[in-house]
Amino acid sequence: MSRLDIMTPSRSQTVIEGLYRDVERRIASSPPGLCPVDLALSSLRLCHAQTCGKCVPCRIGLGQLAALLEQVLNGEATMETLAIIERTARVIYNSADCAIGRDAARLVSDGLAGFRDDYEEHILHHRCLGGMQNPVPCVALCPAGVDIPGYVALVKNRRYADAVRLIRKDNPFPSACAYICEHPCEARCRRRMIDDAVNIRGLKRYAVDHSGDVPNPSNALPTGKTVAVIGGGPGGLSAAYYLSLMGHRVTVFEQRSKLGGMLRYGIPSYRFPREILDKEIESILSTGIEVRTGITIGSDISFDELKNKYDALYIAIGAHTDKKTGIEGENSEGVMSAVEMLRAIGDDNLPDFTGKEIVVIGGGNVAMDVCRSSVRLGAKKVSCVYRRRQADMTALPEEVEGAIAEGVELVTLAAPVRIEADENGRAAALWAQPQIIGNIDAAGRPRPEKAARGEIRIPADIIIVAIGQGIETHGFEQSKISIKRGTFIAETSGQIGDMDGVFAGGDCVTGPATVIRAIAAGKVAAANIDEYLGFHHEISVDVAIPDPQLTNNPPHGRINTTERQACERKNDFTCIECGMTEEEAAAESSRCLRCDHFGYGIFRGGRKSTW
Amino acid sequence: MVNLRIDNIPVSAPEGTTILEAARSVNIEIPSLCYLKDINEIAACRICCVEVSGHDRLVPSCDNVVAEGMEVFTNSPKVREARRANLRLLLSHHDVSCTNCTRSGNCTLQSLANDFNMRGIHYPKQLHNDRIDITAPLIRENSKCVMCMRCIQICDKVQSVNIWDLLGTGSWAMVDVSRNRRIQDTECTYCGQCITHCPTAALRERDDTGRVYDAIDDRDTVTVVQVAPAVRSAWAERYGLDPEFATPKRMAAALRRIGFDYVFDTNFTADLTIMEEGSEFIERFTHRDQHSWPMFTSCCPGWVRFLKSQYPELTDSLSTAKSPQQMFGALAKSYFAEKIGVDPHKIFVVSVMPCVSKKSECALPTMNDACGDPDVDVVITTRELNIMMRANHINPVFLPEEEFDSPLGTGTGAAVIFGATGGVMDAALRSAYYLITGKNPDPDAFKSVRGMDGWKESIFEIPGAGEVHVAVASGLGNARKLIQAIRRGEVRYDFVEIMACPGGCAGGGGQPIVDGCELADERGRVLWKLDVRDKLRFSHENPDVLALYKEYLTAPLGEKSHHLLHTDHHGWDMPTIVKN
Repeated sequence: MSRLDIMTPSRSQTVIEGLYRDVERRIASSPPGLCPVDLALSSLRLCHAQTCGKCVPCRIGLGQLAALLEQVLNGEATMETLAIIERTARVIYNSADCAIGRDAARLVSDGLAGFRDDYEEHILHHRCLGGMQNPVPCVALCPAGVDIPGYVALVKNRRYADAVRLIRKDNPFPSACAYICEHPCEARCRRRMIDDAVNIRGLKRYAVDHSGDVPNPSNALPTGKTVAVIGGGPGGLSAAYYLSLMGHRVTVFEQRSKLGGMLRYGIPSYRFPREILDKEIESILSTGIEVRTGITIGSDISFDELKNKYDALYIAIGAHTDKKTGIEGENSEGVMSAVEMLRAIGDDNLPDFTGKEIVVIGGGNVAMDVCRSSVRLGAKKVSCVYRRRQADMTALPEEVEGAIAEGVELVTLAAPVRIEADENGRAAALWAQPQIIGNIDAAGRPRPEKAARGEIRIPADIIIVAIGQGIETHGFEQSKISIKRGTFIAETSGQIGDMDGVFAGGDCVTGPATVIRAIAAGKVAAANIDEYLGFHHEISVDVAIPDPQLTNNPPHGRINTTERQACERKNDFTCIECGMTEEEAAAESSRCLRCDHFGYGIFRGGRKSTW
Repeated sequence: MVNLRIDNIPVSAPEGTTILEAARSVNIEIPSLCYLKDINEIAACRICCVEVSGHDRLVPSCDNVVAEGMEVFTNSPKVREARRANLRLLLSHHDVSCTNCTRSGNCTLQSLANDFNMRGIHYPKQLHNDRIDITAPLIRENSKCVMCMRCIQICDKVQSVNIWDLLGTGSWAMVDVSRNRRIQDTECTYCGQCITHCPTAALRERDDTGRVYDAIDDRDTVTVVQVAPAVRSAWAERYGLDPEFATPKRMAAALRRIGFDYVFDTNFTADLTIMEEGSEFIERFTHRDQHSWPMFTSCCPGWVRFLKSQYPELTDSLSTAKSPQQMFGALAKSYFAEKIGVDPHKIFVVSVMPCVSKKSECALPTMNDACGDPDVDVVITTRELNIMMRANHINPVFLPEEEFDSPLGTGTGAAVIFGATGGVMDAALRSAYYLITGKNPDPDAFKSVRGMDGWKESIFEIPGAGEVHVAVASGLGNARKLIQAIRRGEVRYDFVEIMACPGGCAGGGGQPIVDGCELADERGRVLWKLDVRDKLRFSHENPDVLALYKEYLTAPLGEKSHHLLHTDHHGWDMPTIVKN
């Protein structure tokens, strides 16, 4: 026997490593709606298998906990059992020697706290509160419930115009979402159990790029009812579109000179080309929506006036005010907000950053938009200053990577403390306090803490603050509309409390969120406004979805879209993303497992053809 | 047409045909369990899996369609292995107590297990804990459930009542009452379609035969049995007898052998229903403005439960006439008791019905008009009748034809058709025509309301009354569509017949079960044939009904009729829909 050996993985270890990766992907693609107690038990069993066997609480305790959970699921437990589970988990947590036992017990305690009602339902009624309400993961996770397997199948069948028509049933912004949707639909794609999520957004982009002009369905008979939509962003226009299809007369009031909201005044055109946005808006307006731009509620027309004049109102004003850092020197010349900058770009007033050093404060998608736009405006250097680590940035990883590729410097773990101004009151530098990453907070993010190092100075000609947006509630406050902590308070139906016929949705209710959530809110509001007005118009589309074809589904790599080279794209505002090729779209659409048909989908919930 | 080969046999099938149906079209029987054509093609049980060339994994044949050039093998080693293993898995989750199971001998799981020679067990038993509630007319036994989902689908797609659901997920997922409710707290109509479409005994009616035996065995009790029209179309099905042989009179003999003191016929009160309901219709029709329209029939308790829970505001549109079963009970414990001089409290009325919902109807608090006791004591289904026949070793092959007893045993052709969709309407129109014009119409004049369409409509001209717009629907999904159309103002009717079960009582939830076969049409034809052959084809010509009016009730809608034969549908509550 040699004194030391080089470690080489055994065959079984290699297979186990593969299994771990499979399980990770499987957990990531867990369908929504599963029985939480059953899941807790399954995770607990995995934890127990990890026990080394040395210590009592972990070796025996986890097994007994599993037995108790099984009693709950079998309907053999009493409320006393619940108390025993609680105590046992607590004891294991407090007395286990290492994380294997300690965190396994925590998993059970957290579950008990988080879904106690489900435990109780099992114990008291031998039933479960879980259930497959929406069995197609992509559809379930799309806020607007777009028929994703349907349009993927249509793309596969090269029926691109039909794909667009199908998407419009639930989302009148197929192009916007094809370019910039955060694609929550892909998060739990069942294909991940085999290899990786289907590139759903990429396929949608292929459909919209190749559909040609797709006319909208014709409107229902005029109802004689009028609806005012305040805010011409994606949410307001979605509501307007469906209400118009339902036969109501819709007028959109927009504060800015052009429609589009954040699609125009927030999202740079290198991500979503303006001409496509304009075409999409034009298509929506072609349903007969009246538009009044440059109207500010409160100064040009009062809210109460609108309320008296229209049968129903939808408030979708978004979140367009900037948030301040509150640090010293913020009012210096050369300090601006992301909102200001992007708004100017949206109105085609491009600032000139040629040769300038730009410092951007923030780590979200807007910060990335600002960084990358600054590069395109000729900046010599763009630094992105963020309190936490790169991994903690809320921006999509691909946005951060794209920014870095275009030359943006990340200055992480640096908390801005003050802005240094020169003798003329112009910003000269940002001072930041280095941070050390600390404990993880309740939301699961690590908190930055002051590091034992001195402040750093980051020279700057322009400082752009991109730390979030607020909602402009001014103009609504006088009318008794319910506003709390700067957001409008609306029910899940969009209805505003006790105000008859007044609905609100999108960013102005949720705070800054995503385009698809605003669209979904508009759709929900349209349905409920229609009901409120005494109608029940159904929205549907007569597109036959191709039957799924049998396939062996061997593991296959996901086809990602590519981007123009960084050195080239950083000089202009034209679209950075290259769409799929026909070959790629065909291969990628074939990866869809058709959960609308296979599994639970064929039984129920596979397709909702009307709403 | 698509051309393919199944087990090397060339097959050509229309595009969109499933592999399973294509195989059946050339007599290749692919075994299946959960499959129910057009209703449940969800590939859950995997028994119907086949091998398709070019595909590594097996393909369920019930939900995959044929393709040009496809090569299918329905019995390859891979298929056989999977089929047997999946069956064993199903059996490991099944309470295999066939000897004391109501579906023994008529269970799809059992016959598959027999066909596949399932001897070894291989897997440990894992039964769900059962908590069986035997108080409701409809009973679910989880440990017998194969989770085929047919009950869910029938209730959702055909009846649109949504009582069943797949609850929970994972290994503890189970079929149960939707939204975690108890069946008694739901708007379940007890139509029993879930029972007749269950491949095993996971769903069954409450067994009430014990109470019938107790009454028969009690010397102080006079037992009176009535048989619903539709029962005679199916009572001897399991014996494989031609309906020409298995006549109502042989059925009467069977009931007498079981030991009932009086063997009567619900046909008698079906005729009476026509007199009361027909008169009520004419009364409403001639005082149009005092009533809400249309008038709905009220003889189907599943339908009444449906209307009261789904559209409670339409309750007053129901005819106030009791169902024939309840009219019978009320008369048995009044008119008949008087006639034979027996204390009505000593009379025990048993109904043999093609129906599960009748079990709930007879227990309604409003159905005790004759002497204060329930007018009908026990309802047994056609299936329970069969069970009693077997227990009493009565084989209809060897039975003579015997007459029903008098006077509650006489019925006309117009009564026997109550058991088929359109029958009540047909019979009612025949007598309404007479009551208005004083003349009999051609008994086949109203033919267009017959047949298996789920929703039929007709307009008839009755001299002196004008046009009567009628509609007939069977199946509660169709009933819902019809009501919605009325509400949207798309249709306008005067008189509407609705039966909860598709095809009417002939396809009732209490009828014998033949898995995968919808027999309502065939059974209905037996009834229409009995009508044609009857000498009397008009309810108003039933001599015993006429005698009853003369001796006892005086006239339709009279005071006694009102007391005994009509009911207040508001007199009891139905759980109403709670919207999510």
